[in-house]
This record gives sequence, structure tokens and C-alpha cells, in this order.
Amino acid sequence: MKQPVVIHTPLDERTRRNLRAGDRVLLTGTVLTGRDVAHRRMYEAVTAGRDLPVDLDNAVLFYAAPTPAPPGRVIGSIGPTTSGRMDRYTPMLLERGLGAMIGKGSRSREVRDAIDRHGAVYFGAPGGVAALMSRCVREARIIAYEDAGPEAMMELAVVDFPLVVINDCVGGDLYETVNRETP
Amino acid sequence: MGSSREISVSLVADKVKELFVEANRTLGADVRAVIEAARDAENSELGRWAFDQIVENIDVAARDSLPLCQDTGLAVVFIEIGQDVHLVGGGLVEAVNDGVRRAYKEGYFRKSVCDPLSRVNTGDNTPAVIHVDIVPGGRLRLLVMPKGGGSENMSTMAMLTPSDGVEGIKRYVVETVRRAGPNPCPPIIVGVGIGGSMEAAAIVAKKTLARSPGRPNEKDPRLAALERELLDDINALGIGAEGYGGTTTALAVHVDMIPCHIASLPVAVNIQCHVARHREIII
Repeated sequence: MKQPVVIHTPLDERTRRNLRAGDRVLLTGTVLTGRDVAHRRMYEAVTAGRDLPVDLDNAVLFYAAPTPAPPGRVIGSIGPTTSGRMDRYTPMLLERGLGAMIGKGSRSREVRDAIDRHGAVYFGAPGGVAALMSRCVREARIIAYEDAGPEAMMELAVVDFPLVVINDCVGGDLYETVNRETP
Repeated sequence: MGSSREISVSLVADKVKELFVEANRTLGADVRAVIEAARDAENSELGRWAFDQIVENIDVAARDSLPLCQDTGLAVVFIEIGQDVHLVGGGLVEAVNDGVRRAYKEGYFRKSVCDPLSRVNTGDNTPAVIHVDIVPGGRLRLLVMPKGGGSENMSTMAMLTPSDGVEGIKRYVVETVRRAGPNPCPPIIVGVGIGGSMEAAAIVAKKTLARSPGRPNEKDPRLAALERELLDDINALGIGAEGYGGTTTALAVHVDMIPCHIASLPVAVNIQCHVARHREIII
């Protein structure tokens, strides 16, 4: 198997454009978390003409809500939730500079087109391996929507976070390739 | 007259708490065994990589007392109460919810339950979904299942008609898994409930998920055969571990059945991710 591509944040457009569906990567740097409630609220903010609570420029957004950190730990278990639920809000965030997303599961046609248009990338993180994945997280703090409890937005410092490119910015889609290659 | 046996609901609460804590941290040895067997048989490189992560996670979670998955689930509880049992010391439902509340607080588990419309979190992972059956005897059986949202969201049910028959059931189950694709965290366990009414089919499907994975239906050889055929058809889809493509999409298919109306053929498909968590105890 090909060695993983080592990448760092900020994930500039040049780095993103070099990634291809099926590549494994190890990501180090800053990652934001946000899922259903955060997306709905960001959508409402944009619709109402308000500023977003986070800077999305070239940001990496991880669809995740971890378990609470036990004493002595930075974070509890953490892993991806199903990305498709974020699809209706995603093109709007990509227009505002969002560079990459981490989640699990397939994206809509609209999201895949927006990924192509903005030179973005969608990474898959293996689902259900959240105790192991928590080892990649070195720092974590809440940065927005604290009242949403487990769905608050966080900023994480991650090291060697293992991911797979699902959708690249030239139309590549790992899940579709898998589908096509099945007899 | 048979004598009644007293069981304190506070004992039930304590057991519910213990079972949820254990279920969320330690995967059953039977589930682990089928995962390891599937890893060894996996042809796809990315699929094998995904399986390696899955197996390593099981070890890390147990060693570090961390939840296997960040989605520590909606608390589903099946209770069989012997009709000679007399529950004392308070309400049963309150006791179960008390056990769930303590498990999710003391275990540092995620609280994943909210108001469906406002989406405001209830804050303590209650209320649990509780199913109660009254059975003969003087014992109480508790079965707890923390059920993740990602796989539950991919579950479906349909009111097929008698003319759809077994072939219609097979098409429907395989199509449900195909459409779920990578979303429910494969490799999955597919629970199929046939017959009954709309709600009964769904409960039958969910109960099959507590079976040891791959152990065939022992009541009806027709269903054991259907399980084998469905497993082959599902794995021929090639979705693979985490949807990265590969030999194993489902670890097992479990089918169970109850009689239904002469006009109906209800089928429920309850999908379980690879973190197939359940624990049971008899008091």
C-alpha cells in the first residue's frame, strides 16, 4: 500500500489540489469541530447577515462531538459523524473559505460540485475507532456555541491524524470508485 | 399459589449502570472474533487498514477505559420480567433512567439525546427506550444496547405484500444496505424482522442484534438459509469496511420472524455498526 501523504495546516489550496481520492494522509495542525447544531446556527447567522463565530478561511472542519474528557485527559473519545446531514449547509461554508472537511459517508452532488469549484477536499476518518483516534488530539478548547453541550464547536490541535481522501477537487470520489469496481 | 419474589428497583438501577458502562468500553469477545476473522480474509488494502484501526481501537478502549465510539448511543433497554417477580422500592422506569443517568455521567459518555424539534439536549442521555415483556417465572432479564445514531439512521422498514415473498424481502434488505453505503460504519450487522405489525417487525429486528454475531437462527432452518443468502448478497456489494471497498460489508445477518396479518408482509431492517455493543444479565 502507498505511504500516507504527510500534510499540515493551514491547508492551502495548492496542498489540497495535489490530493487524490483514495490517498491516505496524516494531518497535523489545527482542526475545528462542528456538527448538526453548529451548522444550523452558522447557516442562520449567514442568512441573517451576522458574522460567523469562527474564521473559516482555509479551515479544516471535523464533523465530530467527542465524549467528555475524563480527569487527566485532553479529550474523551472522538470520531466522525455522518457527513451527509451537513450537506445542505456545506456549499455556503465552502464559499466562505472552508478548505477541508473530515467526516464519514457520502456527500451530495451539490457538495461534490462545490468541492471542485473551490479547490476543497473531503476526508474520511474511520468511524467507530474513537478511543484510538483520541490519541491524535493534543489540545482541545471550546470556541463557539458552548450552550449546545456536546455539539459545541471546538478547536483541536491534532498530530498525525490518519485520514483517507474521499472527494478530491477534480471529481474523484473513493466511494463511487468502490461502487463502479464491484461486479 | 406460586410465591412471589421481591426484587428491588435500586438493584435494577445499579445493574443498568454497570451494563452500560461495560458495554460502551469493552466490545464482546464474540464480536471481536468475527471482526478479526473478517480482517484476515479482507482482500482490499484500504479495507485491511480500516480493520486494523478497528481492532486496535478495541484494545485501546478497554485498556484506557474510554468509550469505543464517541457516539455512546441512545440507551435501549429490553427487560423480561417473570410474572412471579414483585418489584419494590419505586418505579421501574425511573430506576432504569437513573441507571442510565449515572452510567453516562460517571463513565464520561456523551449525552446524545435531545428534544426532536428544538434539538435541545436533555443533558443526561435519558430517557432510555425501554421494552418490557412479561414472562413465566421469578427472574428478571436485563439487556442493554447503546445504539449509535449513524447506523440507526440507515435502518428502514416497509410494509411489503404477500406476493413480494422471500425474493421481495431479499431485494428490500440488500437495497437498504446498498443505499446505506459507507454511512452506517461498516462492517455492519444487519438485523431483519419479518412479520407482526409495523412496530412489532422493528422490535423483532432490533432484538436480533443482541444475538452473538453469525450464530444462525436456530428456530427455523428457512431463516438460517435466508441469513446465509443475504450475507453473500450483501458482501457482493463490495462496500467494504468503512466504505473503502472490500470483501466484508456485513459481519452477519440475523433474521427473525413472527406471524403476520394475511394481507401483510412487514419487513424491518435494523442496521448495527461494527461497534456492536450489548450486555445482559439475569437477576
